[in-house]
Amino acid sequence: MEMKGITKRFGSVIANNQIHFELRKGEVHALLGENGAGKTTLMRILYGLYHADEGQVWVDGRPVQIHSPRDAIQAGIGMVTQHFSVVPTLTVAENLALGREGSPVYQPAALENQVAQLSRHYGIPVQPGALVRHLSVGEQQRVEILKALSRDARVLILDEPTAVLVPQEVEVLFEALERLCQAGLSVVFISHKLHEVMAVCDRITVLRDGKVVGSVEKAVTTPTGLARMMVGRENFGVTRQGERAASQAVLQVERLSARNRKGLEALHEVTLEVQAGEILGIAGVSGNGQTELSQVLNGMLKPTGGRVLVGGKNVTGLPPAQLSAAGVGRIPEDRSSGVVAELTVAENLVLDQLDVFVSGGRLDRKRINANAQTLIREYQIKAAPEDRTRTLSGGNMQKVILARNLSRNPQVVIAAQPTRGLDVGATDYVRSKLLEQRARGSAVLLISEDLDEIMALADRIGVIYEGRLMGILPGKEATVENLGLMMSGHPLDQIASEREA
Amino acid sequence: MDAFLVGLIAATLRVATPLIYGTLGELFCERSGVLNLGIEGTLFLGAFTGFAAAYLSGSLWIGMLAAILAGALSGWLMSLLAVRLGVNQHVSGLGITLLWTGFSLFGFRLIFGEPKINPTVQAFQPLSPFGDTPMLGPIFNQHILTYAALAIVPLVWWIMYRTKFGLNFRAVGENPEAADAAGLNVYAIRTQALMIGGALMGIGGAFLSLAQLGSFTFGIVAGRGWVCIALIIFADWQAGRVLWGALLFGGVAALQLRLQTLGLKLPYELFLALPYLVTILALVVAGRNVSAPAYLLKAYRRE
Amino acid sequence: MLNLKIERQPAPVWLRTLIPVAAALATFVLTSVLLVLARADPLQAYYHFLISPLSSQVSALEVLVKSTPLMLTGAAAAFAFSTGYYNIGGEGQLYAGAVAGAWLGIVLKGVSPAIGIPLMILGGFIAGMLWALLPALLKVRLNVDEVVTTLLLNSVILFIVSFLLNGVWRDPVSQWPQSPEITMGTVFFKLVPRSRLHLGFIIALMVLAVMWFILNHSALGLRMRAVGQGKEAARFAGIDVNRTTLIAALVSGGIAGLAGVGEVAGIHFHLIDSISDGLGYSGVIVATLGGLNPVGVGLSALFIGLIQTGAQSVSRAMNVPVYLGQIVQATLLLVTLALLFLQNYRVSRRR
Repeated sequence: MEMKGITKRFGSVIANNQIHFELRKGEVHALLGENGAGKTTLMRILYGLYHADEGQVWVDGRPVQIHSPRDAIQAGIGMVTQHFSVVPTLTVAENLALGREGSPVYQPAALENQVAQLSRHYGIPVQPGALVRHLSVGEQQRVEILKALSRDARVLILDEPTAVLVPQEVEVLFEALERLCQAGLSVVFISHKLHEVMAVCDRITVLRDGKVVGSVEKAVTTPTGLARMMVGRENFGVTRQGERAASQAVLQVERLSARNRKGLEALHEVTLEVQAGEILGIAGVSGNGQTELSQVLNGMLKPTGGRVLVGGKNVTGLPPAQLSAAGVGRIPEDRSSGVVAELTVAENLVLDQLDVFVSGGRLDRKRINANAQTLIREYQIKAAPEDRTRTLSGGNMQKVILARNLSRNPQVVIAAQPTRGLDVGATDYVRSKLLEQRARGSAVLLISEDLDEIMALADRIGVIYEGRLMGILPGKEATVENLGLMMSGHPLDQIASEREA
Repeated sequence: MDAFLVGLIAATLRVATPLIYGTLGELFCERSGVLNLGIEGTLFLGAFTGFAAAYLSGSLWIGMLAAILAGALSGWLMSLLAVRLGVNQHVSGLGITLLWTGFSLFGFRLIFGEPKINPTVQAFQPLSPFGDTPMLGPIFNQHILTYAALAIVPLVWWIMYRTKFGLNFRAVGENPEAADAAGLNVYAIRTQALMIGGALMGIGGAFLSLAQLGSFTFGIVAGRGWVCIALIIFADWQAGRVLWGALLFGGVAALQLRLQTLGLKLPYELFLALPYLVTILALVVAGRNVSAPAYLLKAYRRE
Repeated sequence: MLNLKIERQPAPVWLRTLIPVAAALATFVLTSVLLVLARADPLQAYYHFLISPLSSQVSALEVLVKSTPLMLTGAAAAFAFSTGYYNIGGEGQLYAGAVAGAWLGIVLKGVSPAIGIPLMILGGFIAGMLWALLPALLKVRLNVDEVVTTLLLNSVILFIVSFLLNGVWRDPVSQWPQSPEITMGTVFFKLVPRSRLHLGFIIALMVLAVMWFILNHSALGLRMRAVGQGKEAARFAGIDVNRTTLIAALVSGGIAGLAGVGEVAGIHFHLIDSISDGLGYSGVIVATLGGLNPVGVGLSALFIGLIQTGAQSVSRAMNVPVYLGQIVQATLLLVTLALLFLQNYRVSRRR
């Protein structure tokens, strides 16, 4: 399969710029690059979800027209994305049957039988009769992969497949891939994680800012070399400097429990504390309660039990306005919860304290503007106060959120997935701001699915698994092995005792 | 009492019939992800078109056919606006209701002028398969359309849960991205669902003018479309429950008429209003919108 | 199927200003078909529709009269929709205001206008608010969809009105279902003698002005817009979403109630069951065409008022059923919506 001269624009942004990409039979070819480099765009074009402005796709030496996923499937291309395209309210078997040829009428039992056969044939275990929304993330991903394979895919695109997997599940995935490739399947492996790519791929193509930087065989390159290609410098990212002395706990969470929006228990008696001037990182695979933890601490979700104390004051269950007043700076997981896209930057910057900017019954636009100008300067936001926030890039939107929530010198900062979806520059900026807050003496709780990020920034690291805190390790003792074990369900004390045994 | 109950059940089935058609029609729309507020107008259009076509052609079945086509057309128009173009579903639905109400009134005036006596057709006669058997006889003295309605409910269930088409269109309502990625044509499926839904609504409207009333009046629909919208929530978006909801509403409405004849001194408007109030109550009890199709009201667009 | 490609690209500005014109033209073409069926000359019909109402002072003032309740129901809808609260109950809230007006007009017998009129305004507003209360509470407390509840209540209040008009308020002499005449002190006086233009028009303009102020220059307005455009983000920023929604819903109901009391106190002077012929629903159209902002609402209310006046004129002059007006309104709305969305996309042949 070959993609030649692919170019795609979104408005004035060039997401893909004359990209050439080649895939050989039976190989695992990595598409590497930072967030926003254009990897996902390129593959969405291949799968017919986007239409390229220029360029051609060739399969088996012949040009093909791919205008929809249907065309892609017919050309033997399958795709598994980060956001699973499964229908949660249908069973596994029904999901696999979606869009397939076959009789217009079906019996659930017969369908499930077929799926069981498929699963055995490819060696990918699934539960045919289960409702997809009851499955674990790893299982859902397997359903996705089986779906693609069952359509006779000869090319399988995997978009950041390990983002949602525990280290141990990643192994299972890699084994399956190896088997499948030996049988002739070709895989495009999109990732931004260097060590994974080095572990499983044969060739690597690096994208940066929409262009191909280079294509290399694994044998002749190193992680450092790849990193250099990805960002143009060897040393990337900010890291925490030095150790710190223990101090007063400012944020105390005691036996916090909560249910998620569907009514299932998502947090179970989580207890932790964050001291002034430290960053406590909470690691864990997505979907283990991080969302609920940050939502409770942000005042967006009421807990079912436990207490939260800020500076000794009980703030359990208080709404956002009062949390803010208590000195909690909050960075939401989802940027669309942090700013109202249709409002202007200036309006968003004062949205949480409108009463301050009112005089004589009307909004004082001059002061609102002045406030915006100050924050724009301070936080290097590339925008004007009157710009509609939806026109800002992800990084600038995040800066607006930071500006609003950090500028009032909070004593506690709750940061959930703060660098998700941001480019390198914005990521560095956000991390440096968090370190700045730490240096200022606030207590920072960093919840992130990016293990590298947590290991780089946090003084102590905790792991959350299925709503429970598996343990908290000081930075020095937090190795990938220990953390990986905790992330797959081994509580800290168990690991220690197993070591001794 | 016995006769009262029998009469009540018979009347309930009759009153519930247009609601069953209307609600099932709306079910198709909503399960595929579109809230179709054009239902009130489509019912009205079905009633008018059915009546006018029957009157002009002399055949009730031609009238029924015309109503079905008109309903399908209405569904197609809604899909053009809300699915293809992604227009706000609330407003486009209301616009369609206004369009068809105005159109029907216009058409009626145009064809019939301002008659002193309302023009009528020889309405469908009820079928009585049980003849004079006590209890069953009077209860099952219903129009073909009523029997059909009762049969259609399980048919709709079967379509939704045992056919590929039903599977596809449920997927489209819950996660159109997944459906698209699986190679389904989301737009086409939603359009089909809306057209089928519209056709069912057309039948419901035609029942009112061709079977229940035998003529066409301006108040013939009187907000039943909105009741259907409420009944869907009450039925938790499931075909089987639609039947119970329609029967409940029909029952209360039928009860109102009967209590009147018993000489109860309560204002008859109270009874007319009662079904609507009961529906609101049912919404409060049943509906926290937990089971709404996940993508209801969101237009789907592929970049 | 044609192999068309639809992609998202904002259209050049000049194209956007053409939309009202294009919409009007498209509506004209589409409704011409119906006019031909009615054996009427389309051009002549549209002359009667659009030009002749403006050709004499009397009918021009009538346009203003017709647009008065539309401005209010339009403002009501726009106010609620801005907060993301889909109040389709304007029709019912209007009736509630009308009932209040009719009742006050009886109870305040002999009062002077200086007291009567303000009380009517207050009464209409409060009645509309009360009728909007139940759906608002259900939405805010129990997340029950307001579209359905407001629609259902529209039907319920019609029954209440019918009950009143056929019972307590039935005219004892003529047995006609209409309430007693309201007392002189509660009448909305005429602004221009020998026309039907009444105080309600001024009230409508004032409501639009206040609405403009609230939405653009007050903290409440910004909160409302935030809730309407990003509920989660608004809540995150500490805005009390429930309270804001409740306020928007109640004020919206009140404004619609003003429309009702205006029709009673300024036009009919008693309550009849056909006092509103879908004015509430037309309000939704007016609000949408007006882009949910007060100036737009005012302009589109005037335009729809023109169409409604014109429809009567067409009907009289050319024997075309008056319902053409409703068809024109609905078509105009749908065409405008379609064009608004088309402008954001460019359709091109796929190569």
